[in-house]
Amino acid sequence: MYTFSGKLKTFSIILMALGIVGIAYGFLTAPKTIEEVEVILSKQHHGHGSHDAHAAPAHGEATAHEANTASHDAHAATTTAVSNDSTVHVADSTDAHSAHAEVATPAHAEANAHAAKADTHDAHAEHTKHLEHVLHQLQNKPWAAVYVGCIFFMLISLGIFTFNQIQYAASAGWSPVLFRVMEGLSAYLLPGSILFFLMLLASSAHLNHLFIWMDADVVAEDTIIQGKTGFLNIPFFLIRAVIFLAGWNIFRILSRRNSLALDETGDLSYYKKNFKLAAGYLVFFIITESIMSWDWIMSIDTHWYSTLFGWYVFASFFVTAVTVIALVTLYLKNKGLLEYVNTSHIHDLAKFMFGLSIFWTYLWFSQFMLMWYANIPEEVTYFIFRIEEYNLPFFGMLALNFLLPILLLINTDFKRLSWIIIMAGICIIVGHYLDFFNMIMPGTVGASWFIGAAEIGSVLFFGGLFIFVGFSAIAKAPLLVKNNPMVEESKHFHY
Amino acid sequence: MSSHYEAPIRKPLVIGDKSYHDITVDVARPVETRANKQWWTVFTIALIAFLWGAGCMVYTIGTGIGTWGLNKTVGWAWDITNFVWWVGIGHAGTLISAVLLLFRQKWRMAINRSAEAMTIFSVVQAGLFPIIHMGRPWLAYWVLPMPNQFGSLWVNFNSPLLWDVFAISTYLSVSLVFWWTGLLPDFAMLRDRAVTPFSKRIYSILSFGWSGRAKDWQRFEEVSLVLAGLATPLVLSVHTIVSFDFATSVIPGWHTTILPPYFVAGAIFSGFAMVNTLLIIMRKVVSLEDYITIQHIELMNIIIMITGSVVGIAYITELWVAWYSGVEYEQYAFLNRATGPYWWSYWLMMTCNVISPQVMWFKKIRTSILGSFIISIIVNIGMWFERFVIIVTSLHRDYLPSSWTMFQPTFVDAGIYIGTIGFFFVLFLLYSRTFPVIAQAEVKTILKSSGENYKKARENGNHSHNH
Repeated sequence: MYTFSGKLKTFSIILMALGIVGIAYGFLTAPKTIEEVEVILSKQHHGHGSHDAHAAPAHGEATAHEANTASHDAHAATTTAVSNDSTVHVADSTDAHSAHAEVATPAHAEANAHAAKADTHDAHAEHTKHLEHVLHQLQNKPWAAVYVGCIFFMLISLGIFTFNQIQYAASAGWSPVLFRVMEGLSAYLLPGSILFFLMLLASSAHLNHLFIWMDADVVAEDTIIQGKTGFLNIPFFLIRAVIFLAGWNIFRILSRRNSLALDETGDLSYYKKNFKLAAGYLVFFIITESIMSWDWIMSIDTHWYSTLFGWYVFASFFVTAVTVIALVTLYLKNKGLLEYVNTSHIHDLAKFMFGLSIFWTYLWFSQFMLMWYANIPEEVTYFIFRIEEYNLPFFGMLALNFLLPILLLINTDFKRLSWIIIMAGICIIVGHYLDFFNMIMPGTVGASWFIGAAEIGSVLFFGGLFIFVGFSAIAKAPLLVKNNPMVEESKHFHY
Repeated sequence: MSSHYEAPIRKPLVIGDKSYHDITVDVARPVETRANKQWWTVFTIALIAFLWGAGCMVYTIGTGIGTWGLNKTVGWAWDITNFVWWVGIGHAGTLISAVLLLFRQKWRMAINRSAEAMTIFSVVQAGLFPIIHMGRPWLAYWVLPMPNQFGSLWVNFNSPLLWDVFAISTYLSVSLVFWWTGLLPDFAMLRDRAVTPFSKRIYSILSFGWSGRAKDWQRFEEVSLVLAGLATPLVLSVHTIVSFDFATSVIPGWHTTILPPYFVAGAIFSGFAMVNTLLIIMRKVVSLEDYITIQHIELMNIIIMITGSVVGIAYITELWVAWYSGVEYEQYAFLNRATGPYWWSYWLMMTCNVISPQVMWFKKIRTSILGSFIISIIVNIGMWFERFVIIVTSLHRDYLPSSWTMFQPTFVDAGIYIGTIGFFFVLFLLYSRTFPVIAQAEVKTILKSSGENYKKARENGNHSHNH
């Protein structure tokens, strides 16, 4: 039996508290009016050398800022100088707005229309619109930060549960000694789902602009989104979310219940029930996982679409989930609590980390290369924007998710060394956080991204909650399953 | 490996009261006996089909591609359909020998040899099409980046068709080496049992002087694992590259990012179906029912069911995204598949690939020999039509309505396809009479953990020991 150590509990509570402070700071410092945005933009421009407005990584986006400030300046120059020369005025604003259009996120492609209309439109109104656009992005920033943290940890627990179910369905002989770790960690699925559903409700209640298709004004002008409203409408969106989240949680609760009942009664029918449950869950999962990824991530960039996307998202959180299992197993093993777990079990987990990292890269490359190769404007904007504005996180995550794991984990001896697995594990977790960051941020905050208080805060908060809930659940049952027909094999497992 | 303990609920993989010697005798029997009349009948039919196909190929090359049913709009049809179909079938072999090895699936040992043979023979069939579908196949060597007298004129590495050349040739060579390495101990077994000087000589050459020392076995295992580790990404990338032939294009219906993993899933799907088709017959004809058991067939059926479901999800994803994209061409491409002039091929594909594997959810069907055999045939028909649908329906109607047309195959198209089936069976039939069709060395490693007699003895006698 494991008791949730006081130290770890305090640590997780501190993480949550720090996280809340960070998130609150993010919300409090988000601009509320256009005027504030104007101040921020001019500060960014004038303080370009001294980095006073932004954290250092934010300057990966220099192009965007220059374009933003250029349009701002163009406007400022023409209005403050009280120039009556309308030709200059129009010319300036046209330039400024085409610059603006270039940095428009794929989701906010209506900016292209703005650019086209720029010479006929009143430049001032255009400028206000641009400021409003930036205001929305900056107001989205703390929301998006929380959203990324929230979905990331929720999907990790879903991935852990899925891995657990695959082990059941495959009648795996090596992993039953790890089942309680998986069952415990996936307990986060319930609170995680509730928090995540609240996030979706907040977006549906128009408290933020994470999903532009929820904005009636945008939809009214956007014929492409109009074509999708049969699927992308708030009631249907929420109904789907309820079905997915409730379905996963029900499967998890039933599976856990059977597993505990098997411990107590030794009745093999519980094992058979869990086997069938696992098969049913995996079917439910493969369907809901795809739709989930379209709903909660792909629809942020509403104009963009990719058939591979669902599987890509799956690979991303699944490899992270296996990594988390490995790290927590190592932690518990280190405390002497997992008697039967040996380096062979760790070796197997590390192989999964290694193999799934390559699998993720395979899907990443397939999606990226096919769009890059065909270069069809509708879909390639997704990557152009990310390469231009998110260069470091976009390519940085490739190093973290592919290069480092493959180099660290290819050696058999290394796959049995805790510190190597911890190092590779940290790379994978950070890398896949960045992966979700890259998926969600460009469509919500555009070029106004940086990793600051709200982003770090939300990782700390949800990470702390994950540890708190996960380890509390691990402490609720013996760490070794009893009466599982495969557990003897697993105890004697050597590779 | 946990060979000293196996959960009692696992079913035996070798049926009957078998000893090591029994395995040797059972595996060597087809090689050491003479072929019967049935074998000669089937072989003759296959040979005739092959010769007919070879004639069609010669006719095509001699006369021109115009003898096929292709036209200016539909430049690829049966040729590439057959190519992708054969490559796909080949994938199950590597999957069984490599991926199942990585996942420590002991049941693979009875089927890996034949599955790998199937891989090699079907990749050979596939390899014919990239050559014979060329307008000037005698210049095929130009696809190789060789220094030459045209000022060192090289290939452009941007084409997936060139990647295909590398993918298929690497795939064939690695599979061949992987297969042959595994054959060494088995050829050595045949060599040591040979009674005629001729067969002794032949199997001595084939077995490369394998003497089965501890050091050899240790390296053998290591090489197998490394090759399995290399073959797994290879198998994924080969069919991925084949899918890139379509996915990199801008044709509606072809340009879709799901194609790489979905082609791979489809390849496993059709490949396992073909393995099932062949093994169901083979276990009967050469009396290997004790090694290729109902459980083996059931497990293959489960894989067919899983990959069939993955393929089904991909079909639905494609359909949904076509609608969601809002791109008229994309939407029309799928409308055309479902309701256009080739609707029958689309619905045939859907029925065969999505609905038929779902019957495997019923234990009665997936453990029935006849049911499995029928489904395995249906799946291969369905997977042929999948490639046909993707290729032809996307080409015959795309951007410009003035270029819309139809495709009619000629007897040459059909003849070449039949010829490759004939060739495949010629090779496979020859193989089944001269090669050890079950990796006896591997099966012997699981006899004591998974043999029926040993399992029973453990349950009765040593019960107290294990607890």
